[in-house]
Amino acid sequence: MTDFLQLLISGLATGAIYGLAALGFTLLWQASGTINFAQGEFVMLPAFVMLGFMALGAPLWLGFVLAAGVSVLVLGWAFKRGVVDPLFKYGMMPIVVATIGLAITLSNGIRAGYSAEAHPFPNPFGDHVFNIAGVTITSGGVGTLLTALALVFATQAFMTRTVTGRAMQAVAQNAESATVLGINVPRMIFYAFAINALLACAAALLVTPTYLAKFDMGEGLGTKAFFAAIIGGFNNSRGALLGGLIVGVAENLAAAYVSPAYKDAVALMIFMVVILFKPQGLLGKKEERKV
Amino acid sequence: MQKRFTLQLLAACALSAACATAALAQQVVKIANIVELSGAGATAGTNFKNGVELAVKEINATGGILGRKIQSTTYDTQSNPGVAKGLTQKAVDEEVFAIFGPVFSGSIMVSMAESRRAEVPNFTGGEAASITQQGNPYVFRTSFGQSTSFPKLARYINGKAKTLAVVYVNNDFGKGGRDAIVKLMEGSPTKVVADISTNQGQIDFSATVLAVKQSNADAVFVYTNEEESARALREFRKQGWTKPIIGETTLTGQKVIELAGDAANGAVAHVGLTVDAPPTQAFGAKFQKEYNYVSDHNGIKGYTGVYVLKAAIEKAGKFDRVAVAQALKNVTFTAKQHPGVLMDVSFDDKGDIDRESFMVEVRNGKQVVVATLPPLGKK
Repeated sequence: MTDFLQLLISGLATGAIYGLAALGFTLLWQASGTINFAQGEFVMLPAFVMLGFMALGAPLWLGFVLAAGVSVLVLGWAFKRGVVDPLFKYGMMPIVVATIGLAITLSNGIRAGYSAEAHPFPNPFGDHVFNIAGVTITSGGVGTLLTALALVFATQAFMTRTVTGRAMQAVAQNAESATVLGINVPRMIFYAFAINALLACAAALLVTPTYLAKFDMGEGLGTKAFFAAIIGGFNNSRGALLGGLIVGVAENLAAAYVSPAYKDAVALMIFMVVILFKPQGLLGKKEERKV
Repeated sequence: MQKRFTLQLLAACALSAACATAALAQQVVKIANIVELSGAGATAGTNFKNGVELAVKEINATGGILGRKIQSTTYDTQSNPGVAKGLTQKAVDEEVFAIFGPVFSGSIMVSMAESRRAEVPNFTGGEAASITQQGNPYVFRTSFGQSTSFPKLARYINGKAKTLAVVYVNNDFGKGGRDAIVKLMEGSPTKVVADISTNQGQIDFSATVLAVKQSNADAVFVYTNEEESARALREFRKQGWTKPIIGETTLTGQKVIELAGDAANGAVAHVGLTVDAPPTQAFGAKFQKEYNYVSDHNGIKGYTGVYVLKAAIEKAGKFDRVAVAQALKNVTFTAKQHPGVLMDVSFDDKGDIDRESFMVEVRNGKQVVVATLPPLGKK
């Protein structure tokens, strides 16, 4: 039983990270109908920016704040203006392809310009180990889980409880009507990109201690987060978290009780099962086609 | 008349320039450095490359080999065996005298067919036992193969544990080590009670460590690449594992210690080469001065590899690839005669290496040599 709990708890901590990255997918989808396949690299880049600031002598918190600013500027504003806006009128496919290209550019840019090696990254919550009834929990794991949960619910609350959040949803549902209602559509879409960049930066702070800062750390993370987003429901923020947690826990259980060799296939299998029986995802709503 | 003279002069100049270039070309020994500069092997490959380049620089500064300077070119295999094979072919086409790398076993297994076909001596960092078992007369190790290092390691484990859990990475390197240790444990005082495979690039080791704990083994043998070793060590510490964690070379590598932090303390490994051992300390200082970080065992492999090539060429007395490969069979180069090889080193007829080695333990983030093991040939 303690073994099961151990697996469950470490799975939840990993899953929360997937959920956080998945939230970026759902957020961009809801606000602008964009799928960003560079989501994993959006997490990798702030990690290196933080490392850069720390190398200059900044403490972790300051590095994070500065990296958040850089993220909003580069991964929010520049990404929207440079990639999404010019391609938007050609439909979804060119954007998807462009983000795949962007992912390759970002990871290879870091590899060529900085280093291909992995770098250690400090854990903001420390490495204290607690032993509760035979189950070991680290402060890092608990901190990651709680922060990720808080961020997901804060985003959800922002989207549903604030005027700006509702305006963003209105833009997502029908941009033309939103314009008629006096909503600044481009600004709302920019907010979605900026929030996505901030979430990615937060995810970087949480995942890098475990993943280690490495140019290709985004690859696996992006894929798992994409599966998590679809499993939970692509148009639901809480769905992203649920999907992430399901993938994280299921992976761990499968690795322990079936075989570690199949661990990476678990997310794909759940994804296929969910797509077959509930194409809109577990918490997703059916989307009506716009006529 | 004047015109003809000008033409003659031009022709003479062109001819002499061509001769000069040809003469220059003959005066260098071209070597190719085909290593993992990106991908899973980046740490290993970068160290190996830097070691090779340091040796080349030193040898060139002291007059080269039999009067010829070494010219080395580096290629990145991206840790991909297919790319490594292609690059080896390219190096062969460029008529290099010798090839250094790849470091990863999976890559050399594929690429050495090319160097064999062209009869080019090929020095590898790969440790899989099968590399030298293929009867390739042109492949030579720069470090122990698993067939040399694992018997040494097995003796150590036999004295430490009655039951052993084995954790390995599911690639050529990991499987080679796993097979070697499991075979050596058969009929020995130690019984293997858990046999756990992990993936290259695996992030979460909680299930792996839990399986080790469930097996109730006296010690665990961990045989994974650098980053995964660091993650595994952290997870062992997190889950409160206090029994011995034993490995081979990589487990206590400098990069692993850097990545794992405090969690690396207490890990024990057999290392063929470490800059913390007396014979290689001077090299370690030179390397650190040149590259501003501490070399791992791969740096020493690359460095001594070039000096072994130099010793072999000097023994053969001529720049003949076949003769040099022959000169590397059943031979011992002493550190006294060839200081660059750092330790007395022997090659057998298969290209396998034998020399002293060390048991190290990580204490306070540093490798500490706790025992020196004699060459296997001496028992």
